[in-house]
Amino acid sequence: MTQPLLQVTDLTKAFPVKGRAFFGRAAPTLKAVDGISFTLTCGETLGLVGESGCGKSTTARLILRLVEPTGGSIQLDGRDLLGCAGEELRALRREMQIVFQDPLSSLNPRMSVGTNLAEPLRFHRVGTRRERRDEARRMLEVVGLQPHEFDRFPHELSGGQCQRLAIARALVLKPKLIIFDEPVSALDVSIRAQILKLLLDLQQRFGLTYIFISHDLSVVKRVSDRIAVMYLGRVVEIADSARLHAEPHHPYTRSLLQAIPLPDPRLKRIGDYALLEGDLPSPANPPSGCRFHTRCVHRMPRCSAEEPQLREVAAGHLASCFLYQ
Amino acid sequence: MATSADALLRVEDLRTYFELDAGTLRAVDGVSFTLSSGRVLCIVGESGSGKSATALSIMRLIDPPGRIVGGRVLFKEQDLTRLSEREMETLRGNRIGMVFQNPMTSLDPSFRIGEQIAETLITHERIAQAEARRRATDLLRLVGIPDAERRYDDYPHQFSGGMRQRVLIAAAIACKPDVLIADEPTTALDVTIQAQILRLLADLQRRLGSAMVLITHDLGVVAAMADDVLVMYAGRVVELADVDTIFHAPKHPYTWGLLQSLVRLEDSRDTPLQPIAGAPPNLIDLPPGCPFRPRCSHAVERCATDEPPLRAIGNGHQVACHLAATL
Repeated sequence: MTQPLLQVTDLTKAFPVKGRAFFGRAAPTLKAVDGISFTLTCGETLGLVGESGCGKSTTARLILRLVEPTGGSIQLDGRDLLGCAGEELRALRREMQIVFQDPLSSLNPRMSVGTNLAEPLRFHRVGTRRERRDEARRMLEVVGLQPHEFDRFPHELSGGQCQRLAIARALVLKPKLIIFDEPVSALDVSIRAQILKLLLDLQQRFGLTYIFISHDLSVVKRVSDRIAVMYLGRVVEIADSARLHAEPHHPYTRSLLQAIPLPDPRLKRIGDYALLEGDLPSPANPPSGCRFHTRCVHRMPRCSAEEPQLREVAAGHLASCFLYQ
Repeated sequence: MATSADALLRVEDLRTYFELDAGTLRAVDGVSFTLSSGRVLCIVGESGSGKSATALSIMRLIDPPGRIVGGRVLFKEQDLTRLSEREMETLRGNRIGMVFQNPMTSLDPSFRIGEQIAETLITHERIAQAEARRRATDLLRLVGIPDAERRYDDYPHQFSGGMRQRVLIAAAIACKPDVLIADEPTTALDVTIQAQILRLLADLQRRLGSAMVLITHDLGVVAAMADDVLVMYAGRVVELADVDTIFHAPKHPYTWGLLQSLVRLEDSRDTPLQPIAGAPPNLIDLPPGCPFRPRCSHAVERCATDEPPLRAIGNGHQVACHLAATL
């Protein structure tokens, strides 16, 4: 088997919350990401789905070391990402880029489109000024923007064009891994498909590896090879994306799939939806045992007492639920 | 589809323009539709299509530089565009209820949850405090707030997003309105919570026998909720039909484009993505002809010069396309 591009093992991030250590009890923390593990091979897309507070965006920031983990390890191309610093970290960071939901958050509003594109190259001291501008022009074309947009400013672009620019900026350093955090969620339906198409074309063309984060399971399924479903800081199921849709095992994955409104009134009207009970518990105070037990229709006595581990239910398909253990 | 006889709300040639430095933005430009009691009408369109401006115009909540410049909004045969602000206030939140997208901005953070509902009742029905509290608690229970008596005294920040949206719905239906207008009521919510809220809205609408205008960009929500669907583009109605027709026999190329560009759960990695080319037009300098022409793959010569009117093609189906008869 080939060496994975990315290997995440037991990754944990505990944020301190209000309160303090008390008689030997540890200070209270919020475990946004609580011991997650996965691998990613070259050219693959892993989808991360889950609802607010599940830890999917924190996971992205941990991998990029925008947030420092409190535990676990991350290996990129066999190198220990958490162990390196300085020049070495800077070099590794060139190989990973992120595209956010709001493209303006990663663009400098006072810089022209062209300067925005050349900026990462300047920061990493790549090429001459001239070469950087040429590369920026080339990237503009790669993502489907017109040459005359080069001298415009981000606020003069439409939402879809802005997202193209953010993608170009992520690409300009020729990274191996790109993380997309809700890249099409703010876009209109008609533009959404344009951007998804672009992402898939770029992946083919440059042999990129993607992590695709979204709350929209339809979109994640369309672009991902495998999908990891997260709930309150844990991965509860991970499988090939077609298989996850056809044979979801974890009751949370099933509820998530059933809650998606299908765009066909002949298939499903609102009365036909099987509703998941209750609210999402607070990640600061997750339920005991299986974190999903408070909303689960299959809960058994042991579910509130013990936490199920992620186990293989079929080849390459893992789920953490006592129904299968 | 509704006939004018049982019409509860009739919008006729509504025009709402915004006077901006760059020119006149025609946010709503000649919108007409009819809503009858017991029906759910979904208004679907992309950002800037005028769907929210239409809802706000009906409620007379358009702020300058925006202004309703033409048309009528007939609610039970009374033209809302001609009412005084005071007369409007007695209708708003009383006969016409509203639910908006962001429950945090629509709830006052410094007032207790229950009081915000009781307030609506006291204002519109002039009932005593104790009676208002009792009814507000009942409403909280009705929209599925557990432990309603105790939670009555909580503040908005103590509620989750889904629970806040339930509170807003409780306030909107407190006076049993004839029409409920919901503008993207579930867009900010997680998908499992969205399903709960949509079911709640549908159940309440049925129970109260009221009519609902539901504004959304999500065609999944439309398929789940709508009786009738109005598709907007560039401030205009481009297609109007019952929900089954919109999804299975649409006639406008924009409606086709929207349906084709959807990413569906059953799609595989090999399913081709079929986006609509281009981007929505700038509503300030709209060229003559059909506003969808620059993105339309079926456009013919006259589409560039003559704007197609909305025409009835039978069974309550209306389309604004020169090619509706041939496509």
